[in-house]
Amino acid sequence: MNDPATTILFTVILLNFFLLGTSRLGACIRVVAAQGALISLLPPLVHGVGVHTMVLATGALTLKGLVIPWLLFRAIRQVRIRREMEPRIGYIATLMLGALTTAGAFIFADRLPLLSEHHHTMFIPASLATLAVGFLLLITRRKAITQVLGYLVFENGIFIFGILLAEAMPLMVEAGVLLDMLVAVFVMGIVMNHINREFSSIDTENLCLLKE
Amino acid sequence: MLNLSPQILYQGAITILLIGAILPLTIELTHRHSTSLANGLGAGAALLGSGLGLAGALLLLFGQSSVAWQMSWASAGVNLCLRFDPLAAFFLAPVFLLTGSGALFATGILASSKQPGKSGRHWLYYNLLAVSMALVVVAADSLLFLFAWEGMSLFSFFMVIYDQDEESTRRVGWIYLVATHLSAAFLFLLFFLIYRQTGSTEFSSFATLKALPTSTAVLFFCLALIGFGSKAGLFPMHSWLPEAHAAAPSHVLALMGGVMLKLPVYAFLRFLICLPVLPAWCGLLVTGLGLAGALICIALAALQGDLKRSLAYSSGENVGLIFFGLGLWLYCREGRFDVPATLFLVGALLHVWNHAFFKSLLFFGAGAIIHATGARELSRMGGLLRRMPRTGLLLIIGGGAIAALPPLNGLISEWLLYLGLFQAGQTSIGGQAFIFMLLLVLLVIVGTLVLLAMSRILGIALSGEPRSFEAREAHEVGPAMFIAMAVSAGLCLTVGIAPGLVFPLILGPLALLSPELATGAPEILATLPFGAGWSWTCLLVLLFLAVYVWFYYRLPPGDSRRRNTWIGGLLPSPRMSYTAGGYGQLAQENLLCSCLRPPIISVRTPVFFPGHWQWRCRNIDPIMALILMPLFSQFSSMAGSWRRLQGGQMNIYLAYFFLTTILLLGWAFSS
Repeated sequence: MNDPATTILFTVILLNFFLLGTSRLGACIRVVAAQGALISLLPPLVHGVGVHTMVLATGALTLKGLVIPWLLFRAIRQVRIRREMEPRIGYIATLMLGALTTAGAFIFADRLPLLSEHHHTMFIPASLATLAVGFLLLITRRKAITQVLGYLVFENGIFIFGILLAEAMPLMVEAGVLLDMLVAVFVMGIVMNHINREFSSIDTENLCLLKE
Repeated sequence: MLNLSPQILYQGAITILLIGAILPLTIELTHRHSTSLANGLGAGAALLGSGLGLAGALLLLFGQSSVAWQMSWASAGVNLCLRFDPLAAFFLAPVFLLTGSGALFATGILASSKQPGKSGRHWLYYNLLAVSMALVVVAADSLLFLFAWEGMSLFSFFMVIYDQDEESTRRVGWIYLVATHLSAAFLFLLFFLIYRQTGSTEFSSFATLKALPTSTAVLFFCLALIGFGSKAGLFPMHSWLPEAHAAAPSHVLALMGGVMLKLPVYAFLRFLICLPVLPAWCGLLVTGLGLAGALICIALAALQGDLKRSLAYSSGENVGLIFFGLGLWLYCREGRFDVPATLFLVGALLHVWNHAFFKSLLFFGAGAIIHATGARELSRMGGLLRRMPRTGLLLIIGGGAIAALPPLNGLISEWLLYLGLFQAGQTSIGGQAFIFMLLLVLLVIVGTLVLLAMSRILGIALSGEPRSFEAREAHEVGPAMFIAMAVSAGLCLTVGIAPGLVFPLILGPLALLSPELATGAPEILATLPFGAGWSWTCLLVLLFLAVYVWFYYRLPPGDSRRRNTWIGGLLPSPRMSYTAGGYGQLAQENLLCSCLRPPIISVRTPVFFPGHWQWRCRNIDPIMALILMPLFSQFSSMAGSWRRLQGGQMNIYLAYFFLTTILLLGWAFSS
């Protein structure tokens, strides 16, 4: 617990629960931004300060902590919504599912054939739990904006997993992943705008007629 | 001097055909009013390319050599093996021949087309269809073969739905697409299993299949028979054939019916070479399916009101005959009847060429009639011989050839089959002899039915009085279409008059297919009565016929022999003559067993005096109506219950992902 990386990962998991339990969109965006900013500190903490890790940390901090939240705040201002009403599965139920999957992540991580230095660290369980929470957000929420948030949380989970490999992975790959995410948020923003203009709400249920 | 090897000619042909596929479309897209230029380019490329290819194929067929070459593209990991041997050349020759004459015929159709802007598309599909057929024949690698096969299916599908504005055409296109891909599915399975056995996709390494145990070999054989047979229209997988062949343009039908149906036969043969000795029932199975298909298809051909459908069923009959010959060859080969085996194989191979010649002639003729009258139903034709004498004459030649009348080519190949059956029957004993004699009798019935079907088509369409305004106004077709027909008719006559010219060309493929028969084959063929005496007699008969026709047409119009039949002072009207349905009644009521009869709607008022009487025969294949349609609707209703999984909401789909991931993790966790 005295290791700063472990503290950060615990905070990430707690923030996951906050995301599952709240309906206020502004708070959700802030929490996702905070989560992104926190995990962007991890590479220098784990692998030591160097050019590679610093570039990665700065890039992730700028994108996850500043640019994307700013884009999302602008989006909710434009479409004028504050709350996620009536999710597909209620908040309490989602929280319970989140707790179950987090517990499952911890159990599963113990059984994985990992390198010895990765055993008994928080990285794998935190990453799996964050992935699951991202998935749960994507599944249970109806509004396009919360689905974008779910996608971002999902990406955060992948990022945590990737930190284990940060030394082995070339910078270009990570830069590509970050850029990918930025583009995806842009595209989703455009999609959201169009859904809003078409149906005067950003409820994705309106899209079910597109199925054939 | 440039050394023109078959390989160079072939590659040149493919290149020119590819150019001819793309250029007309580009021109038509960039210049709106250049349809005639696009037509000229497309047809010119098809003619030139097919000419080169035909020259290459014939050069190789006369030279009896084989060439194999590879086209490698290392960076893409592609290594294409191609092989050009007498068997390939034997099937390539009709491919290129009919591509050329079909293109010539198409210029006549397209020049007067009322829909401008479709020529580019036409030549794209047409020339690519020719390229993929040519590739199917020379492919010596499973992947390349399946690729070309798929191309052949797709481009012929595009040609089937060429008139896609009509609802019925689109429906037929759908049937055709499903049928071809069902057959392709079996082929994929077959080639995958072979790959597992041999570890290679190259045909040259398939020789190791010779060591397979009999059960595996039989499995492969059955897969190949289903896969290739359903593409060839072998009974009972022929139902798509009349549908698709009623929709496509006639010149494409000449290509599809004339050669595309034979390419599965070719591939089947190619595959048979690699297999070890099969049990005797395999040969008999092929024979039985072929004969059943021939009988049923020709009986159905005698019922169809639609000219193209009738001809399409007759294609099914001829494919059946080819498989009949091949099956008997397989059976006799294993049973060591060398003489009959040779006769069957030569007969089946010759029938491949013959059918390409006369079926293309008949489809061209049907296209000319449909072009001239705008009608496809036989009941709207009539009296066309007087209005289109040249086309009519050529159609009569085609009809005579398909009905195996001397001195035309159909007789020669069927003669070989009959002769083989006689020989086999005489040299075998007991039950075996009985089987051969039974097959002989059934073959005779097929031959009789062909005569009935053809006399019906020719008689209803060409003679008598016109049955509709369109038939009255029919006009003779232009020179391009006439030349295309005349080429096929000329070949029908040539093979019929001088079969001795063609036999040496078959020896090359024969040696590849059945090396054990190769030494004896020339002697067996030399004993056939097709020498100079035959040719002179045929020519004499033709001369006599020509003089008779010439004399008849020289009669003054008032001569009693040129006027209508005297019918008691009444004015003759087309309503008094036999209709197409009435002529087919014999086949309808007496020849088909009741389960195979097409559904009939008959309404008759039960009074003493003649009243309203309606009799209609529904235009649907019995196998399709009885088996395939119920089967597929069963499938579709079963599959329909799974459609609820497709909710249309992204959340649900994501939930599927999530659950699958969790399940997979749990599975990995537990194992």
